[in-house]
Amino acid sequence: MITRLLDRPLPATILVVALLLVTAWGVSWSPRSIVVFMMFQGSILLLYFARMPTLVKAAVTLLALGVLMPVLGTINAYYMEIAIQVGIFVALALGLNIVVGLAGLLDLGYVAFFAVGAYSWAIFGSPQANLIFGGNFFPLGPWWFFVFLFVGVAVAAGAGILLGLPVLRLHGDYLALVTLGFGEVIRVLANNLDKPINFTNGPKGITPINRPPIFFAPLLQSVGIDPNPNVIYPLYLYALVLLIVGVTVLANRRLEDSHIGRAWEAIREDQTAAQAMGVPLVRMKLLAFACGASFAGTVGVLFSAKQIFINPESFTFMESIGVLAMIILGGMGSIPGAILGAAVVTILNLQVLKGLSLWLNELRNAGTVILGYNLTNLPTQLEPAKYERMIFGLILVLMMIFRPQGILPAKRRHRELEEERR
Amino acid sequence: MDFELLIGILPQVLLDGIILGFMYALLALGYTMVYGVLEFINFAHSEIFIIGAFVGVEILLSFKSAGWLDVLPWPLILVIIMVAGMAVSGVVAMVIERAAYRPLRHAPRLIPLISAIGVSFFLQDVIRLFESLWRNSFNLVYPTMDVLNHRFELTETIDVSVKSLVVIGAALLMLWSLHTLVNRTKVGKAMRAVAEDQAAASLMGINVNRIISLTFLIGGAMGGGAGVLFGVQYSLINPYTGFIPGLKAFTAAVLGGIGNVPGAMLGGLVLGLLEAFAASYLSLLTGGAFGAEYKDIFAFSILILILIFRPKGLLGEIVRERA
Repeated sequence: MITRLLDRPLPATILVVALLLVTAWGVSWSPRSIVVFMMFQGSILLLYFARMPTLVKAAVTLLALGVLMPVLGTINAYYMEIAIQVGIFVALALGLNIVVGLAGLLDLGYVAFFAVGAYSWAIFGSPQANLIFGGNFFPLGPWWFFVFLFVGVAVAAGAGILLGLPVLRLHGDYLALVTLGFGEVIRVLANNLDKPINFTNGPKGITPINRPPIFFAPLLQSVGIDPNPNVIYPLYLYALVLLIVGVTVLANRRLEDSHIGRAWEAIREDQTAAQAMGVPLVRMKLLAFACGASFAGTVGVLFSAKQIFINPESFTFMESIGVLAMIILGGMGSIPGAILGAAVVTILNLQVLKGLSLWLNELRNAGTVILGYNLTNLPTQLEPAKYERMIFGLILVLMMIFRPQGILPAKRRHRELEEERR
Repeated sequence: MDFELLIGILPQVLLDGIILGFMYALLALGYTMVYGVLEFINFAHSEIFIIGAFVGVEILLSFKSAGWLDVLPWPLILVIIMVAGMAVSGVVAMVIERAAYRPLRHAPRLIPLISAIGVSFFLQDVIRLFESLWRNSFNLVYPTMDVLNHRFELTETIDVSVKSLVVIGAALLMLWSLHTLVNRTKVGKAMRAVAEDQAAASLMGINVNRIISLTFLIGGAMGGGAGVLFGVQYSLINPYTGFIPGLKAFTAAVLGGIGNVPGAMLGGLVLGLLEAFAASYLSLLTGGAFGAEYKDIFAFSILILILIFRPKGLLGEIVRERA
């Protein structure tokens, strides 16, 4: 019944808008209930499946993400944090989607590019750079943040080409292993480059990192809103994330349908045939690495500004696999898939597992007895919030066995995935 | 720079390198055997390895609480934990193959690799979950046995502990048995045949599925044995310890020529020695600017260089490419 409703524009619009408003009201009524917030997120998903005129859909999306979400974020600050994280991972997933999904190059060290972007702003947007160049010129002012969004693109793209050049001759699983090694190398470097010259401050990390300027503060004051940074920054960063995700989605869609995107897909399906048809392999593969990396670079700059503090712990192999799990869950080569996958995995990690942990702790502290077992005896080391790897692992194995094309498969069918199983 | 010092520590560095090298060699065998038969990187092998280490520590801890650790003769205890670790790891490897790899055997190449990465991550947290529930801690330490820690002084500066000798002896025994199995028995012949050409092997009456299972069993058992030895030698383990040694052992397998059993042994030894040298000399030679932490980068750089300039490895044949 629901699918039939969603197929007709008018009822679909009414249903989705009503659901959004009701669940949003539900969140404001019970701000700490994770279940209600998940229902709100669910109605956003429903919005994607609903069939309605493009303009109406854009308007409803704007209502959900541009109005309702910030309001809910001011009611419960943690929801804003989740929304920002989801945005960051959506952009990362879209970037990796270019490399893995479109060009078919399995990159297991993707987080390295994220790290490169993050460190580029962290070093220059904090007093850290003084230790490298001497003097007292740094940190660069908050305005430079916007410049560094582009510097991040350039540096990460450069790193992508640097990695791409030597490894392009490798195929399939060897390429995967080398990118994995590259990711580890970047992490070890970040961990150890505090001597002989202190670039990264080692495992202690860099802080404080400048945040973007609140250039619209006078405007807010003129309409009588107090520009308190603690309130403004989450909303501001959320807006920036939305902007970056928007640009990323747009770039992805344009790339996918361009001759570059088609060349990537040709390489993915059959490298030899693609070369025979005149696709310049080296240039296209390098381009895929550079494009994918550049998105990670920008998001990295934003990430370091959001965190104020970064250290190598944020850029482990697990993060690379996490992003990979996102696009595999959603569907390799599919933009809506990457977005959905990133949202689901991030929400699972930050919301469901954490919620489970808190709930278990409450039960334990209250000494609840379930089936004759007193939960106070539960081992203290058992924290569901720490089992991200189990989730990533299960996603990867189950998706590969039962649905390798993902939840929302790409429109252009992957011949590679559909290949007959002999 | 103190030249005397550099020469003085050389024998100790060599010894450390050889122990590390045998560890890598045992682990590399698991990668190389599976690659030889299926042309696929068994990413979960590092967890099979660490499962062996956990089986060993669990048995030792229960022996300790039962007070048997000082009563039973130490060689018997070592044999028990080795056999148990090898058995459990081998069976786990076989089960993984059946559950997560066999359904994907004819899928495109990247599909089973991604599945294997998933298995690896999943197993890490399964071990953690199990140990958290069972012992309320997942960082475990091998109980010390006094006999094993006894050290023979060879010269004033160089000594060798009993456990190092045990590790080297056990590793040599395992490598020799594997070599005999692969080259001198009928089963070994069948394994080589399956690696050469699965279709032709099955036409000759070889049960390919059973041989593949057997390959995982033997490779897993080697990994589990290496895990127990790792625990005996380095004491401290947690569910995530296996990852980096696994990666390096894979590097060793590639270095020696993947799919090639003697190559894996050679590659393991070479990599172990190189790493021991890097760990001890890098900081001495650069005046402390680059510490021992860079030994990881060293191993990965070797992997990258080998793959680019000599992908067939030191002893390998040219790797065939599957679509």
